[in-house]
Amino acid sequence: MLFDLPILSTLIWTPIIGGLLVLMAGEKWARMSALFFSVLTFILSIPLYTQFDVSTAAMQFGELKSWIPSFNIFYQLGVDGISMPLIILTTFTTVLVVLSAWEVIKKKPEQYMAAFLIMEGVMIGVFAALDAVLFYIFWEAMLIPMFLIIGIWGGPRRVYATIKFFLYTFLGSVLMLIALIYMSIKADGSFSLLGFHTLPLTLEEQLYIFAAFLLAFAVKVPMWPVHTWLPDAHVEAPTGGSVILAAIMLKIGGYGFLRFSLPITPDASSELDWLIILMSLVAVVYIGFVALVQSDMKKLIAYSSIAHMGFATLGFFLVFSIIDNTGSWREAALGMEGGIVQMISHGFISAAMFLCVGVIYDRMHSRNIADYGGVVNTMPMFAAFMVFFSMANAGLPGTSGFVGEFMVILNSFKADFWIAFLAATTLILGAAYTLWMVKRVLYGEVANDNVANLKDLNAREFVILGVLGIAVLFFGIYPGPLTEVMHSSVEHLLQHVSIQKY
Amino acid sequence: MTDKMAVIEIPDLALAMPEMFLLGMTCIILVLDLFLNDKTRIITYLLAQLSLLGALLITYNQTGTEAVSGFSGAFVRDSMGDILKIFIYIVTAIVFLYSRQYLQLRNMFKGEYYALGLFGVLGMMIMVSAHSFLTVYLGLELLSLSLYSMVALNRDSEASTEAAMKYFVLGAMASGMLLYGMSMIYGISGSLDVGEVGRFIVNNGANNIILSFGLVFVVVGLAFKLGAVPFHMWVPDIYHGAQTPVTLYIGAAPKIAAFAMVMRLLVDGMEALHVDWQQMLSILAVLSLALGNVVAIAQTNIKRMLAYSTISHVGFLLLGIIAAGPDGYSAAMFYVLIYALMSTGAFGMIILLSRAGFEADTLDDFRGLNERSKWYAFMMLLIMFSMAGVPPTVGFFAKLWVLEAVLNADMVWLAAVAVLFSVVGAYYYIRIVKLMYFDKAEDDTRIVADIDLKVVVSANGILMLVLGLFPGMLMAVCQRVMV
Repeated sequence: MLFDLPILSTLIWTPIIGGLLVLMAGEKWARMSALFFSVLTFILSIPLYTQFDVSTAAMQFGELKSWIPSFNIFYQLGVDGISMPLIILTTFTTVLVVLSAWEVIKKKPEQYMAAFLIMEGVMIGVFAALDAVLFYIFWEAMLIPMFLIIGIWGGPRRVYATIKFFLYTFLGSVLMLIALIYMSIKADGSFSLLGFHTLPLTLEEQLYIFAAFLLAFAVKVPMWPVHTWLPDAHVEAPTGGSVILAAIMLKIGGYGFLRFSLPITPDASSELDWLIILMSLVAVVYIGFVALVQSDMKKLIAYSSIAHMGFATLGFFLVFSIIDNTGSWREAALGMEGGIVQMISHGFISAAMFLCVGVIYDRMHSRNIADYGGVVNTMPMFAAFMVFFSMANAGLPGTSGFVGEFMVILNSFKADFWIAFLAATTLILGAAYTLWMVKRVLYGEVANDNVANLKDLNAREFVILGVLGIAVLFFGIYPGPLTEVMHSSVEHLLQHVSIQKY
Repeated sequence: MTDKMAVIEIPDLALAMPEMFLLGMTCIILVLDLFLNDKTRIITYLLAQLSLLGALLITYNQTGTEAVSGFSGAFVRDSMGDILKIFIYIVTAIVFLYSRQYLQLRNMFKGEYYALGLFGVLGMMIMVSAHSFLTVYLGLELLSLSLYSMVALNRDSEASTEAAMKYFVLGAMASGMLLYGMSMIYGISGSLDVGEVGRFIVNNGANNIILSFGLVFVVVGLAFKLGAVPFHMWVPDIYHGAQTPVTLYIGAAPKIAAFAMVMRLLVDGMEALHVDWQQMLSILAVLSLALGNVVAIAQTNIKRMLAYSTISHVGFLLLGIIAAGPDGYSAAMFYVLIYALMSTGAFGMIILLSRAGFEADTLDDFRGLNERSKWYAFMMLLIMFSMAGVPPTVGFFAKLWVLEAVLNADMVWLAAVAVLFSVVGAYYYIRIVKLMYFDKAEDDTRIVADIDLKVVVSANGILMLVLGLFPGMLMAVCQRVMV
């Protein structure tokens, strides 16, 4: 019976309707009902994986309904090997976010939970939409709950951070809207994304459209130099907000490159790939150094997110120089898959890192590294988790953090030695900033009375971090299931971008 | 002589049935109100609502696809006019409903507000159906005179009187400009009929200096009535100075009528000159978008802020007309209808938060609304995001369609300017959301209002979301009437 449902629509609307119900349920039942709906959505998303056909690059679980006929806009959904893992990552992370807020959020918990559930539905919509207007609606609608989450439950400078976040991303995306409308006029009024993929465009048109997309997605990823909203937003957001931001919203930028920039404007991407590679390398190297000097834990992780996402974009845009050097698009698959694996893995690791900071922040109400020291003495269990996730963040083999980075670095040798060299500095820098933070926070003498009075993880926190730990370890040791589902889609995409469009 | 008399026949009169019905009802209300005291004045209110309902039914019954003109071509009934009129009735009915309690609490619940309001509606209806310069002017003046006196309704208030005076002087000047332009066009074409003028321009060529001069003055007059920069100076002062129910009235339905006037004069009459007016309107649109959005940021009074936001919305509306063609016109029509609904919603919220002796007209009055009432904070949030054009609210589709029309007309730079300024505009709309959700409430008085006001404000807010999810029907209507 379950499988007769249009599964993607169910995934989008269950949390949204659930969110509204949570809002009505009131303060007392907010937590339980939110947990119910998030777990329900997660369970409903499992068939996406089990019934997924790995042998095809075509869109699966498709739905198509006429929505605004006078405007040729369809309610069209579907997923391929690139978006499916991201949807499951979304449903998975939301459960953790709901759990993480359990006792911590005391102010209007029903609004908090509802915002996250509605957000979940909207984000799944972004990954599943195959109509440009539908995509754009989900893309923009995402801003509203996040704007409220940071603004209502955030830290002292929350208003500044959230308005900056909203305006930055809004500015980034309006030009994309113009590009989308422009293409629909070219395509005789159709807004179908798959139609855009095969739409012939001249190089000049492609360059403009690419620029519009770049602005939208680079802000979202975020790439240097348009990354400045992220540290502010992360620092001020409540733990759950940081987790969703880092684990999923940033991935939407990366997803945009794969779904829009590369297939719609392959020639412009090929012309300007040096720009993206340059921006990615700056993110990896320069932002790595910036992370090193942070005194605020959340800021440090925020900068490390930017550096790690630089790896994803690097993996995506190495394609063209690899095709030039080797003459075959098949050679580039490793890098692109590496980028996607990096996105998924970063989803787990950054979520875990922010949750770790959340755990001690809830106890000490400080994110300053200087306020800590010797936490391992009072919280040994927590320290074990934090060390583990930090190692993963630094790319220790055996964790998922290693897999993506390794694939990208390996592949970048085929493009250029120096790109590979600069990318590989992350292994040093990442280890430096993460482990140095771990050393200052966890080890050494017990710094003060507050630290001495800390209590170790409770069962709820243990479960959250434990589940994430298993995920990080599993994909580190056996990334097969992940690369397997995306393989056909990546090959299809590479084949598509290697053909000139005009 | 007998020939002239014979022109007015029975079918001609039937054409103007809604107008005549409303005129009759308004006169009845005007007289009846003399015999009512403050306790029974509610009858005036109910009758006014009933008149609007009656006019709506009559108009709805007349709705057909064929355009019919009468009164020697001075008056036309077509589907665009019908839809615009129906929206004018609905919006005005909402305005009357919102204002009732506010006026009662301030001892201003007088028959004049309704009589003048209905006369204004009549003026708008004539503007919508006008097909001759003379009828356009008649309708416009009937509307304007009603508005001038409505602004001055609270005669003891210095601000209101000043606003009314300003409005009257500037409005009269604008009317003069419009008349001057019309007279030039009449001089060269020899006809007041919009259709005749159109045919004259097509036959004799658009390259005529007097014609161009006439067009300039007509555009100036229209820009004045719409409130487009640089002819916008009256808007903030009048919005601010007038009592909130009057501002509410001015901000909504007259914009629909002004749109109709632009359609009749520029599109029906002078489409052959569109290269000329496109350029003029482009300048007006860009200036309106820029000034409206930027200056709105500096406002602390929400009525003034909404005035500047109106100016920026007018800029967007003009973009649709500039894009020209059925696509552009229907986009502009959709925009103006949605704008009227958003504007009533926003002013309705101000009225809802106001109470006896207290005006909720500064931004600070919205502080912490989420703590006082989650529901109304959410309604205001929907209205604000709709004005900013953020999906999934309907304001997004209004902007989307206009942008599509502009891009279709190959004016990419204009679309880029429009979206960039809408980012600027987003700032002051989300600032209201910030005040409502992120700040602490300064006064925690409970929101007291009659049930009808509460229900309709809620419906107004929800409509932003519902129309945003299902905009197809209204879009199809706008598309159909412009073919």
